Amino acid sequence: MTCNTRIMATLSALVLLLAAMAAIVPGRTAAASSTPVEDWQALTERAKGQTVYWNAWGGDTVINAYIDWVAARVKEQFDVTVEHVKLTDTGSAVARVVAEKAAGRSAGGSIDLIWINGENFAAMKRNGLLYGPFAEMLPNFRYVDVAEKPSTILDFTVPTDGFESPWGMAHFIFMYDRDVLASPPKSAVRLLDWARTHPGRFTYPQPPDFVGTSFLKQALLELATDRDRLLRPVGDDFEATTAPLWAYLDELRPHLWRGGKNYPESSTRLRRMLDDREVDIAMAFNPATASNDIANGLLPKSTRTFIFDAGTLSNSHFVAIPFNASAREGAMVVANFLISPEAQLHKQDPAVWGDFTVLDVAALPVEERARFRHLKLGPATLTPEELTPSLPEPHPSWVGALEAEWQRRYGH
Amino acid sequence: MTAVQRRGGLLRFVPPFTLALFLGPLFAGLLWTLGPAFGYLPALGGERLSLAPWQALFAYPGLGNAVGLSLGTGLTATLLSVAIVTALFAHWHDSRLIARLRRLIAPLLSVPHAALAFGLAFLIAPSGWLFRLFWAPLAGPVPPDLTIVQDPLGLALIGGLVLKEVPFLFLIMLAASGQTATAGQVAQARGFGYGKARAWCAVAFPQLYPQLRLPVFAVLTYAMSTVDMAIILGPATPPPLAVLLVRWFNDPDLAFRFQASAGAILQLLLVAGTVLLWLGAERVIVRAARRRLMAGRRGGTGRFGAMLSAGTAITVFGTATAGLATMALWAGAGRWRYPDPLPSDWSLDAAVRHGPALGGHVATTAGIAIAAAGAALVLALASLEAGQRRTTANANGGRGLVLLYLPLLVPQVAFLFGIQILLVQAGADGTWPAVAWSHLLFVLPYVFLALGGAYRDLDPRYFRTGLALGRSPAALFWRLRLPLLLRPILVAGAIGIAVSVGEYLPTLFAGAGRVTTVTTEAVGLAAGGDRRLIGLYAVVQMILPGLAFLAALIIPAWCFRRRRGMRTAA
Amino acid sequence: MTGMPANTLELRGVSLRLGPRALFGPLDLTVAPGDVVTLMGPSGCGKSSLLALICGTLDPAFRASGEIALDGRPLRDLAPERRRVGILFQDDLLFPHLSVADNLAFGLDPAVRGRKARAAAIAAALDDAGLDGYGERDPATLSGGQRARVALMRTLLARPRALLLDEPFSRLDAGLRDRIRRFVFDHARAHALPTLLVTHDAEDARAAGGTVLELGAPQAD
Repeated sequence: MTCNTRIMATLSALVLLLAAMAAIVPGRTAAASSTPVEDWQALTERAKGQTVYWNAWGGDTVINAYIDWVAARVKEQFDVTVEHVKLTDTGSAVARVVAEKAAGRSAGGSIDLIWINGENFAAMKRNGLLYGPFAEMLPNFRYVDVAEKPSTILDFTVPTDGFESPWGMAHFIFMYDRDVLASPPKSAVRLLDWARTHPGRFTYPQPPDFVGTSFLKQALLELATDRDRLLRPVGDDFEATTAPLWAYLDELRPHLWRGGKNYPESSTRLRRMLDDREVDIAMAFNPATASNDIANGLLPKSTRTFIFDAGTLSNSHFVAIPFNASAREGAMVVANFLISPEAQLHKQDPAVWGDFTVLDVAALPVEERARFRHLKLGPATLTPEELTPSLPEPHPSWVGALEAEWQRRYGH
Repeated sequence: MTAVQRRGGLLRFVPPFTLALFLGPLFAGLLWTLGPAFGYLPALGGERLSLAPWQALFAYPGLGNAVGLSLGTGLTATLLSVAIVTALFAHWHDSRLIARLRRLIAPLLSVPHAALAFGLAFLIAPSGWLFRLFWAPLAGPVPPDLTIVQDPLGLALIGGLVLKEVPFLFLIMLAASGQTATAGQVAQARGFGYGKARAWCAVAFPQLYPQLRLPVFAVLTYAMSTVDMAIILGPATPPPLAVLLVRWFNDPDLAFRFQASAGAILQLLLVAGTVLLWLGAERVIVRAARRRLMAGRRGGTGRFGAMLSAGTAITVFGTATAGLATMALWAGAGRWRYPDPLPSDWSLDAAVRHGPALGGHVATTAGIAIAAAGAALVLALASLEAGQRRTTANANGGRGLVLLYLPLLVPQVAFLFGIQILLVQAGADGTWPAVAWSHLLFVLPYVFLALGGAYRDLDPRYFRTGLALGRSPAALFWRLRLPLLLRPILVAGAIGIAVSVGEYLPTLFAGAGRVTTVTTEAVGLAAGGDRRLIGLYAVVQMILPGLAFLAALIIPAWCFRRRRGMRTAA
Repeated sequence: MTGMPANTLELRGVSLRLGPRALFGPLDLTVAPGDVVTLMGPSGCGKSSLLALICGTLDPAFRASGEIALDGRPLRDLAPERRRVGILFQDDLLFPHLSVADNLAFGLDPAVRGRKARAAAIAAALDDAGLDGYGERDPATLSGGQRARVALMRTLLARPRALLLDEPFSRLDAGLRDRIRRFVFDHARAHALPTLLVTHDAEDARAAGGTVLELGAPQAD
């Protein structure tokens, strides 16, 4: 793809973004609440007996177990079978949809539902690889807290336009062993000071790993002179906007684990390194990760989490349906179930997964509201109040640009 | 000339059929990579040929390093593996050391590359087992900040590749030396006063090497284009080219696909160039060796060389086995944190929690492996038999069948995307026969490799005697060849099963994610970094082919328990 | 034995080439039933290849010309297994995966039908070879002489029309060699088989008692 088309794409995305921010949000919620119920019933009828191949990252046993639970419930309630296709990389599922489009298969595709957000979503949407809009048709969408949690309809600032349905909320957190580290450094600047006195004890996953890139964004949000600039697509001022980040990383690098010559390839690897005491700080894009790992014997019981004082990078994650899905109706039934109070409550249970809900708890029926209020957090999980302020994701075009520049500077 | 030549009937068509089944899709797959490499992929809006993908590729920062790393690690690992195996056989070809190492070979052959890589990484990493045993008691609970795994030169990656390829080349060398009656010639050369290793190198090695050449190229290709081992053991700043390619193929920015295709073609050219380089080096070495031979130097006792070669080989086999043992330990570990030398508590949690799902994956994996290995055996036997009947001299099944090795010699990333498109067009993707077929591409060459030798090795006079006794070739195939070759056939089948079980990328591409094998599951879970699960799956991955190897050992032994003459056969 | 057809092995102008090398010939030879003709000559002169040519298992790398007939019928167009030419090699080549009796049964003419009849034929052959009761033995447990006799019996049970011997005695020690030789030649004569013996051993030729043919060293054109 040439530069021009990229700029065109980003420009059109910008227009859509502004439109979405200005007017569409309330309008859409209104439309969602008036979903024709008869249609939905006909749809669930058609979905009966379908098998939904749900392509979702399979690297976390906690999440895999939750998906198994979803499969059992959906089978029971709607007679829809869910097969979890465990991915190592969501990109490989995107690649498969591309292959199917290349082969001219516009129906009967092999993927029915895909766990997605950010750059992958932007790319699939841009290339016409998604079915929709469908999200607002889902009856349970009316519970989604689009007002207080705008990331449920603005995925990395890109309007979802109903091409994906929200599933959970994520916050960028750091973790440490409080028996080892008494007071963790709670800002990018203090982290640098700490690293100077503790050489070799900190590192981050290598971009383009999702968490590694997120660390760059987290730091950039604190260091950038004009934070709002990041909400708009990358432009000619990339160098000027990101200069503070590179200056920071240049200073940090010699004090990193392995002298900054090597980086762990994923955040999970980084957590194993925290457990093995190769480093003193790890990070994840899920506030419940540390609690889950403690429960599973993967991290010491004294593990705790923290965020930077400037706020925590946060986003939503979604499910989307490829344009050629075989079991489209079944996929919508599953997507709808995922934002049901029942499924969201179970998901937020720290004993299950601990992933925060996308729903507006205050708007739920009394009984469900109470159950949400009674949920305890895991031992290492911060409360929603502590996880503030939340910083919105930059526009997805920053991802590629940051990764390319990182690669140019440190990747070879 | 005689009636013999007209024989064969339908069998005659098996070799060309086999080739068509293979090469057609392979070339079609390559075309689907070649197109995007020059900007053609209508599904993504690429409708005109251009050199832009190549410009993007060469503009990528660190490409030169990535290419250098692929070349360096691939060539070094291959050279080392060949050298270790050759030196071992030169010094120890007539000893019991070979027989002892042979016993260790089955688990090492059957374990997938990734599992071995995990084992090695855990063994040597600064927070790994060796440091827990020897460093932690002296230095306390914090592991040293040392670059051992993922070192910038790729030494750990080279080590991992050597661990996996030495057993494979060992097996090939063992099979080759069984076929060639070189023992007497070596003895004769020693009678002329040549040292043991020198006599073997001068007399036996030149005769064995032709049978080693293709396997060596397969090793070279694998070593230069490995993804799973490189991710675990190799450096990442930058990674070797193949890792970059997979990353680009999976990049959310679909425009990377063009650059990835160009990179895949580059990878193919690199491998082809290295193979040519290797062939050139062979000639130079032959010439130099001949000159030395003419000089008539006899060589010494070679005691130092003998110790060194045995030491290296034992280290390689021992390290690999120790790495696998740590994986087995992890499978049963509860909590096992640095600096504990052993798990602080034991738990079968992982096994219990994943048991039910595991059962289904094991069944799928076994079904696909048995289907692929079975089909490979049928095709290989039919092709070999067709070749055998056409001529008694060339039991290789005809020269054309060398092309069967192409799937091993072409980097997988270069054609799997195309194969995926073909399968999608045929509407066959995501079915287990499609997966079994994609495995067949890689299983058949190995089965052929394992079986061809035994076929050649079988005394042709058995067959002639049978004919003279009035039996038809078909009857002789069933009543003579199959039973006489039962053991090599089962061993070839077990190797086929091991190859099939270990396949990751082909399963992913042909299975459309709908067919889950133990290996796709293991790699998916490995992303989670839970060593207990990785260990559990590594053990399961070992057990499946291990059972096949065991069957290959037990069944013939039981069938022929009262036939002493069969004990030495093959 | 009565009812045995009077077989004669005839070679007319047979010559053999390997690439540019002429190995021997043209060779004319008639072997009458019960006669043993001995072929001698230096290594590489094509003696064994001639036997392979008669059997129909000659490597295609060789070029042969001339006519070979058995009992007046040319062999050229017959598949090896239809020629009914028995051959014994230096090694006994008993199939290691079969018992002694199974080896014999493998050879026994399929025209002998019925389990009883076949068992009787095998028992008779074992008896003839002085190996009564050895049927269930593993061939690997037999002595060299015993194995040689089983190999001959296996060949004879297939009811060949001619017998080819490719140095079959050279692996046996001196004392044994004489007895086996007699055993083989007696049986060949009793079955009225035209027999062609290839050997390096003048003693073999003398014991055979028939014509001795000396093949020359191969010549290049």
